[in-house]
Amino acid sequence: MKKSARSWRLMLLVATALVVTAVAVAGCGSSSSSSTGNPAPAISGFTQVPMSSDTILGAGASFPAPLYMKWGSDYSGTSGVKLNYQSIGSGGGISAIEAKTVDFGASDAPLKESDLTANGLAQFPMVVGGVVVVVHLNGVTDGQLKLSPDVLASIYMGKTTMWNDASITKLNPGVTLPATKINVVHRSDGSGTTWIFTHYLTDAAGSIWTAGADKEIPWPVGVGGKGNEGVATSVQQLSGSIGYVEYAYAKQTGMTTTQLQNKAGAWVKPSIASFTAAAANADWKASLPSMYMVLVNQPGKTTWPITGASFILMQKDQADAARGKAALDFFNWAYTNGAAAATSLDYVAIPASVYDLVQKQVWPAVTVSGTPIWP
Amino acid sequence: MSTVDLELTPSPSGPRDATPSAPRGHRLGIGDLLFRVLATVCGITVAVAMFGLAGVLVYNSWPAITTLGTKMLTTVAWSPSQGEYGALAALAGTALSTIVAMVIAVPLALVIALLLVELVHPAVSRVVGTAIEMLAAIPSIVYGMVGLFVIVPYIQDHLVPWVLSTPLGNVPGIKPGLQFQGGGLSIFTAGVVLAFMVLPFITAVSRDVLKMVPQVTKEAGYGMGSTTWEVMHKISMRYANSGIVGAVFIGLGRALGETMAVAYLIGSVYTDMPRSIFDPGTSIASLIANQFSEATRTLDLSALIALGLILFLITVLFQILAQAWLSRVQRATGGRA
Repeated sequence: MKKSARSWRLMLLVATALVVTAVAVAGCGSSSSSSTGNPAPAISGFTQVPMSSDTILGAGASFPAPLYMKWGSDYSGTSGVKLNYQSIGSGGGISAIEAKTVDFGASDAPLKESDLTANGLAQFPMVVGGVVVVVHLNGVTDGQLKLSPDVLASIYMGKTTMWNDASITKLNPGVTLPATKINVVHRSDGSGTTWIFTHYLTDAAGSIWTAGADKEIPWPVGVGGKGNEGVATSVQQLSGSIGYVEYAYAKQTGMTTTQLQNKAGAWVKPSIASFTAAAANADWKASLPSMYMVLVNQPGKTTWPITGASFILMQKDQADAARGKAALDFFNWAYTNGAAAATSLDYVAIPASVYDLVQKQVWPAVTVSGTPIWP
Repeated sequence: MSTVDLELTPSPSGPRDATPSAPRGHRLGIGDLLFRVLATVCGITVAVAMFGLAGVLVYNSWPAITTLGTKMLTTVAWSPSQGEYGALAALAGTALSTIVAMVIAVPLALVIALLLVELVHPAVSRVVGTAIEMLAAIPSIVYGMVGLFVIVPYIQDHLVPWVLSTPLGNVPGIKPGLQFQGGGLSIFTAGVVLAFMVLPFITAVSRDVLKMVPQVTKEAGYGMGSTTWEVMHKISMRYANSGIVGAVFIGLGRALGETMAVAYLIGSVYTDMPRSIFDPGTSIASLIANQFSEATRTLDLSALIALGLILFLITVLFQILAQAWLSRVQRATGGRA
């Protein structure tokens, strides 16, 4: 009697284990078959998210992620609509919006008009940020060292190799520069920050900088740090080093930034004001209809030269009017009410004149079976 | 990653030639039957996972294999924006950083294992042994961070200038190459941190293996008038050598595939062959980690997965070599080595 009770318990246990195993195996089987069909495993997690218009799904660039998340939490407080933003990198954001698994993708580097057309995407800038040059030199204080585009390009080409090189000391009378080697640090991962920085070097010092401009390039010299934190830490740990990071990163970690010479020939320090000047002085009208805008080296005496916008990508042909409208409502709120939050996190909001262009020229292209969903 | 068939349980009654089971004719209960089915299913899961993984790797890397062919293995530079997908620099970096790690870790681990088993009081051995096992539980990103904050500045500011001031500084392989950036972020640094990451694995397994050397055998050695040292290297080490080789291969497998710590420390230069251990370089695993998030073009992704396949094949190759070596040693020493 007792024995049979025990064997029943055992059977029950084994049967439960079998069911669990079978479910696990079936689960693995289905997910592995879906990932073989779709060669973008980075985004496969989005495919099964239930669709309803009280949650906006977004994915992409990590650079604006803190701001999008803050905007999302502020916005859900006023509207009840939640934002689910996955900071998986610009590449993942582009794949996700092309595969239509999210309501919007976010990319630090704008897509060219041909790419937008090929995938039926609309693109508009959402936020502006600055990339700053940071150095680790004993005795040099924040904002003290001056670097011209030619000198910066020459350092990153590996042609200027010593801190006391005449080309650097000439720009910096009164600053004692050591006779040590310049340790160049760049990003090791593909990134929007590198895209902006290399576009700046190409645009401002094209005769010296010949290594190209992209999210990753074959660097002529230097060591790679992974992410902003990797570059920042490497620069902080190695004396005599130079690197580039997002402004917010440099500010929050108290790094030594440099002055740069802008297109107007003036020396500027990185600040919210000088990034705002870049966004305001750029000719956004000329970027229509794709809004492909490289915000580096813009005119204006107070303009910070290494500035970049981060972009939103949406499908022009929306399947569900309510979902498309929910996303545009959120962006409208962010454009009109989000500036304070942006500044508090060291980003710059898009100028009102640019939002006007976005609203009048880009959003009408977002439609449900031919009918614009905005306003 | 690499697991070598280790016989960790002492077998005082000689080798077991069959698994003990219920006598023939004994009625198998329904529970036995179900458990047998369950165990078989679980066993098959492992095989499915293994072959499924290989299959997925091959399937997804097929575009890169057909487009790039052997060019991946014969060209140096990795720069998708320029259409260059060469893995030679990454292969060289993987090999060099692993060699540095093993050169440091293996002797250290063996000495520590001998110390724990033969020389210190069992109570001390237990405490130190637990501490070493805890080293293995630290996430690799923590090793990367400690490396970046502590080891990188030390190597750049003190060790490398000192090495380069000695005659060693002109030896090929140590003499800085074109990409030399001070040596802080370099293959050497990655290797040093890797050594500390694999140390606990090699130490723990070697210690367990050395513990299994029968006390009688050692006492026989002492009885013949051997010193402690002679017993250790002529009896303990020889008795345990196949297990120690297994331990080394476990460490090797970990070092080959380690990703995050290496990604932070190796300097990530994708375009040049390293000329020296103090040059920055890259490894296959860290290259994948660095490039994966922004790989949007199909070929980029496929080429990265092909790198994964290469790493997978290297690991399998080492596994086979390890097994072959072990069986050779076992034959040469007649049974249990």
